[in-house]
Amino acid sequence: MPWTRMLADGYANGALPGADSTQRMLTYSQALREAQAMAMAADPNVIVMGEGVDDPGGIFGSTLGLHTEFGPDRCFDLPIAENASTGMALGAAVAGLRPIYVHMRMDFMLMGMDQLVNHVAKWRYMTNGAQKAPLVIRALIGRGWGSAAQHSQSLQGMFMQVPGLKIVMPVTPMDAKGLLLSAIADDGPVLCVEHRWLYSRQGHTPEEMYFVPLGKGAVLRPGRDVTICALSQMVCEALAAAEELAAEGIEAEVLDMRSVKPLDEDLLLESVSRTGRLVVADTGNVMAGWSAEVAALVHEKAFDQLRGPVQRIGLPDIPTPASCVLEDAFYPGKEDIKAGVHRLLARDMAPNRKTGGIHG
Amino acid sequence: MTASDTSAASLEHLREHGFALLERMILIRQFESRVQALYAEQEMRTPVHLCIGQEAVPSAVCSCLRDADHIFSSHRCHGHYMAKGGDLNRLAAELYCRSEGCSGGKGGSMHIVDVERGVCGTTAIVGGSVPIALGAGLASSLRRDGGVSVAFFGDGASEEGTFHESLNIAALKTLPVIFVQENNLYATSSHVRNRQAYDGGASLARGYGMPACRIDGNDAVAVHQAALEAVARARRGEGPSFIECLTYRWMDHVGAGDGLEKGYRSREEWDDWVRRCPVKALEERIVEAGVADSGQIAAVYERVNGRVDEAFAFGKASPWPGAMTLSENV
Ligand SMILES: Cc1ncc(C[n+]2csc(CCOP(=O)(O)OP(=O)(O)O)c2C)c(N)n1
Ligand SMILES: [Mg+2]
Repeated sequence: MPWTRMLADGYANGALPGADSTQRMLTYSQALREAQAMAMAADPNVIVMGEGVDDPGGIFGSTLGLHTEFGPDRCFDLPIAENASTGMALGAAVAGLRPIYVHMRMDFMLMGMDQLVNHVAKWRYMTNGAQKAPLVIRALIGRGWGSAAQHSQSLQGMFMQVPGLKIVMPVTPMDAKGLLLSAIADDGPVLCVEHRWLYSRQGHTPEEMYFVPLGKGAVLRPGRDVTICALSQMVCEALAAAEELAAEGIEAEVLDMRSVKPLDEDLLLESVSRTGRLVVADTGNVMAGWSAEVAALVHEKAFDQLRGPVQRIGLPDIPTPASCVLEDAFYPGKEDIKAGVHRLLARDMAPNRKTGGIHG
Repeated sequence: MTASDTSAASLEHLREHGFALLERMILIRQFESRVQALYAEQEMRTPVHLCIGQEAVPSAVCSCLRDADHIFSSHRCHGHYMAKGGDLNRLAAELYCRSEGCSGGKGGSMHIVDVERGVCGTTAIVGGSVPIALGAGLASSLRRDGGVSVAFFGDGASEEGTFHESLNIAALKTLPVIFVQENNLYATSSHVRNRQAYDGGASLARGYGMPACRIDGNDAVAVHQAALEAVARARRGEGPSFIECLTYRWMDHVGAGDGLEKGYRSREEWDDWVRRCPVKALEERIVEAGVADSGQIAAVYERVNGRVDEAFAFGKASPWPGAMTLSENV
């Protein structure tokens, strides 16, 4: 059993270490960097590759100086050749390396779609497990400043359709480090989708190596009236919405799902069974997206607990516009989440419903 | 196709085309410099990839084209749009992401279009325009309308797989396509020698069986000569050509600074290329050859500056797009 696996398994069910020690703060990007540096130090098979990983910006600090620390053989720039590079990452993984391939924007990852979808995701299955594909693809997403249609896509929903891929979207620096380490340790391909807006956020990040399990969400704020289940930057919007809802006397429970796939069904269903109301908030498209899957799942498995229709907050079925006024109309935020909550509660208040008040 | 002809032919060429080329180059230089000067106001809320230092290539290539010819470009597209005659006011308005922008404020700096002038669209995905240009060439070839399709792209684009696929298809099907590579030595902060095992796109194009040359992209006359030949060949139905132009961007990859503080290129290298300014070089040659005097050149600047003033005033004053437009043209 490789070191990665051993440590990950050993930690899978435990609490996060260092949670009550003196707070050590890192930014999200520092946490990502630390995860990669630790993995590289612990395992010579871990390499970091991608366009610009060794440049002066170091992918917004997240790979900064890894090439000097571990040498240009283990952290290197690539030509603008995503499809071949994705295939190369797979081949390297099959041959025993643990590559981390970084895309400055998720949109560029699409150039490697064939290798990713037809090859990376399926290699293990097609070989009946004879070969594994322990590789990580880090892809940044973002929003704003007129980035427009080709520099802003949040495509986790699309990749969720591909069997064989795991997808994580860390929100806190602690999870950025812990989930990335789990992704590196995992024997299958994992997509780590990182929102640029989270990069400068600080949070407590333990110094040691630790693993946040793939496929496990977290309750960031408990509440009994409504469940807000969110991903990535929308978790921050959900927390802000919950804060404001609290002032109105509405107690929202905020779930940071952390992993898009596997989806933490238990956490979700348990919460919904208590609150009876669900708002899903995604950074991606509503149409056939992650929120659609979550809504379908809850419908299938917790139909009787629902007091109203699942509310989905995400992007409309429209490419991203450049103009800031159109961006404002395009991107959802805490107000949309609050509106979703209000819609659900208004249903309860309406006459001819069997339920009583919001806590009924 | 030879890189540059004898100096006599070149001089004649300069006499015939030099001044018109210079006018286009000055327009691009002044417009881009205005973007650079105003960018800090943070009213152009879209990432800008300026082409200051690279003005000769778009000017020279587009002056060989007709309105009906199609061009496709990349993120660094303002120069191509202007050189092809794209509406200046609407370009400025697009940089301000306004309703009267050429893309209605939906595209921003990297997605500009002027259908009447044959500016078919620009992409922010490296290499994305190359295969699309094939399609416009295919349409012209099927219709036998004598139209030419031009793909403008950087050195980085020839690293993408679709670039190779496109060259093969263009040559195989004898498409009227001209591949114009602006080799400015860098893709973001990565030097071409750290990315390419081959020596520039032209060396690859020859392998696909099309005429290809590598020329000084800061020499507007040389680029114009090469482009004329390529366009004529395409119009005759003889197929694609490849022109690799060595040039240099003065600004950082994106934004209004020169990026020298980042250290990915040296001050000496930068100084050297700034000394080889394509606009200054052409001005000097024009004056030397007696094509025009410095007063006439100064008049061009004055006229162009007036046009640029007008365009930015138009852009800034243009109304914001209405929220209703968000769902239009999906
Ligand atoms: C498929 C893809 N990969 C990566 C990027 C990020 N990117 C944007 S511009 C650029 C460099 C392009 O270099 P080059 O083609 O030489 O054009 P230049 O910027 O020098 O004009 C890169 C890597 C992208 N836009 N698309
Ligand atoms: Mg370049």
